[in-house]
Amino acid sequence: MMNTINASGADSTEINQRLSQEDGEFFIEGCLGQRFLGAGMGGGKHIRISGIPGNALGAYLNGAEIETQGNAQDAVGDTMNAGRIIIHGNVGDTAGYAMRGGKIFIRGNAGYRTGVHMKEYQRHIPVIVIGGRAGSFLGEYQAGGLIIVLGLNEDEKPIVGGFPCTGMYGGKVFLRGDARHVSFPPQVTLRPAEQGDIDEISGHLNDYCRVFGLDSSWILASPFTVITPNSKNPYKQMYVTN
Amino acid sequence: MKINYLSPEFEVVRNEDRCIKCLLCVKQCANGVYTYDETKQTIVIDETNCVNCQRCVALCPTRALKVRKNDCGLRENGNWSENTIREIFKQAGSGGILLSSMGNPEKYPVYWDKILINASQVTNPSIDPLREPMETRVFLGKKPPSMVRKEDGSIDCSLPPQLKLDVPVMFAAMSYGSVSYNVHKSLAKAAQALGTYYNSGEGGLHEDFYCYGENTVVQVASGRFGVHKNYLEAGAAIEIKMGQGAKPGIGGHLPGVKVGPDVSRTRMIPEGTDAISPAPHHDIYSIEDLRQLVISLKEATGYQKPIIVKVAAVHNIAAIASGIARSGADIIAIDGFRGGTGAAPTRIRDNVGIPIELALASVDRQLRDEGIRTNVSLIAGGSIRSSADVIKAIALGADACYIGTAALIALGCHLCRSCQKGKCNWGIATQVPELVERLDPEVGYQRLVNLITAWKREIKEMMGGMGINSIEALRGNRLMLRGVGLTQKELDILGIKHAGE
Repeated sequence: MMNTINASGADSTEINQRLSQEDGEFFIEGCLGQRFLGAGMGGGKHIRISGIPGNALGAYLNGAEIETQGNAQDAVGDTMNAGRIIIHGNVGDTAGYAMRGGKIFIRGNAGYRTGVHMKEYQRHIPVIVIGGRAGSFLGEYQAGGLIIVLGLNEDEKPIVGGFPCTGMYGGKVFLRGDARHVSFPPQVTLRPAEQGDIDEISGHLNDYCRVFGLDSSWILASPFTVITPNSKNPYKQMYVTN
Repeated sequence: MKINYLSPEFEVVRNEDRCIKCLLCVKQCANGVYTYDETKQTIVIDETNCVNCQRCVALCPTRALKVRKNDCGLRENGNWSENTIREIFKQAGSGGILLSSMGNPEKYPVYWDKILINASQVTNPSIDPLREPMETRVFLGKKPPSMVRKEDGSIDCSLPPQLKLDVPVMFAAMSYGSVSYNVHKSLAKAAQALGTYYNSGEGGLHEDFYCYGENTVVQVASGRFGVHKNYLEAGAAIEIKMGQGAKPGIGGHLPGVKVGPDVSRTRMIPEGTDAISPAPHHDIYSIEDLRQLVISLKEATGYQKPIIVKVAAVHNIAAIASGIARSGADIIAIDGFRGGTGAAPTRIRDNVGIPIELALASVDRQLRDEGIRTNVSLIAGGSIRSSADVIKAIALGADACYIGTAALIALGCHLCRSCQKGKCNWGIATQVPELVERLDPEVGYQRLVNLITAWKREIKEMMGGMGINSIEALRGNRLMLRGVGLTQKELDILGIKHAGE
């Protein structure tokens, strides 16, 4: 049964209380900037949103699925642990901050600091797929997980902003294309993706394309660049015991 | 030949007459100061690695050992201290940032030692705590600014979530990783027995300690290690760590060697990888952003848990605290510049931040002036060394105190300030299994209970002397304090009079 929640005039807490009462399908209509929707919610919930949710959509998400028809704002999936967030539009800054598991699929562009401090642990491997381009500081302090940027826009703008992967020390970033015009810090290494790398992301990309009704075959056939941390730990030499 | 510019800092003296060659010192010193030469049948001492932790001294069955400062010092110099010269040698040899541990050891003023406590004489009676009821219980959290009546005229007793402390002392955040499993177990058990709280620190909560959740504050720091729904639900309160007194403005870095299987599971990061907590929360650039994190944590936990925001005492602390008090947070923890750490750059530890006494007094005054003091409770930390410090802190406006270093000393820490090496001979700041075993959590827990029980008795004695029978009546009660040897400016900031006034 579909539970419809009319968001107009309701605040975040009221909507979250409705969501936490039972599991099942929810449709939030007329969303207008309410923050923290779905915070900490577990599996068994599928939440669709029309309108624009506010910051921290799906923070600490723990298994629920959230799908928003338009854009989302800052801090989507902050410290998320499991579940899936699907954004049909663009997202603001710091999507997937410190996320440890689950997936964030963004059809459009992402703002600054996407995937900052993302990490992985055993079977928890978080994935962010961005259809358009990402802002500056993509994957800053990344410690694990996968960030994939497809650059499907046709506006010729660069696929990522400045300073991607600054302080990265784990995980992988995939950029479609050769990332020729992007400059990276010396603590990471770049290489063209091989078949093994593509195999690692093909399942996620197939999912992504299914969700947004895209053809995955030509995307998977495109060249990708893989960015990983430089195995020589650059921090160890910085200190002397006093 | 490479010249070693550094002469050993300490000298290990072994009394040949007393030594029975039991080799306990050889086994006990993880720094490798002692080795046994089989052929010469003698104990060889290499004091270059000695950190003066006194483990060998304490365990030697015949008291044959003594560690003392090496008197082979450099030529005395009022400007260039020996430490300064040694530090230059170290940096010239390595190119590294100097890394130290525990709190700021430099000779800055300790205001606690320049504040004296009042007692009743003649005009108001003192109270005998052995024979009369004395209340040391405090509740931390937002309080309503005034009494509210419901429609039927009855008093509205609903309160935002509160922490209930039987004694106004909590154990400060020390992460599993920086300290050992047995330290956490000792703290958790002691907090439960004492009716207070310990703090997980930023390294997640070990699965074995979820059962102490009612006496646990779980921390959320910039690295968000081990943070997930169950973790947030597990604690009695959630602390957002914005800063730490030992290293304001600096993040944390747990080296991969300390991330063994158990720490890995708790932090939820792969074994052997570094755990880096960036200096800022990358999603917090303003009080409004802080509010977003505070409220998101409340939304995720159903508004059932108070949120603590921990900040280091820095120059504009009063204005910062005023912002935090409006962010939706329930409690502000202020950590003074003498607060301890498992590792911090020496220059930061020794030069950044301000004393807790001044920070606390100015925050309390600012919040009162703005009429928002009841929005939050205040916890003061950063070198609370005794029950007298607790009393003084409360009279300067604290609701409760955090103790970290004092708790570790109770567990056997000898303040050798070498935590960053990870080879703590007392089994505290280490993850080496043989060293961790040296701290028996049953003994550790009992020693912590003893310490806080003794402090509680002393607190009651001092309260009784002042004629105060409830600790809440002491909070911000600056008339109970007088300064000695302080300038007018210092007295003004503390909000107290000089002794004799």
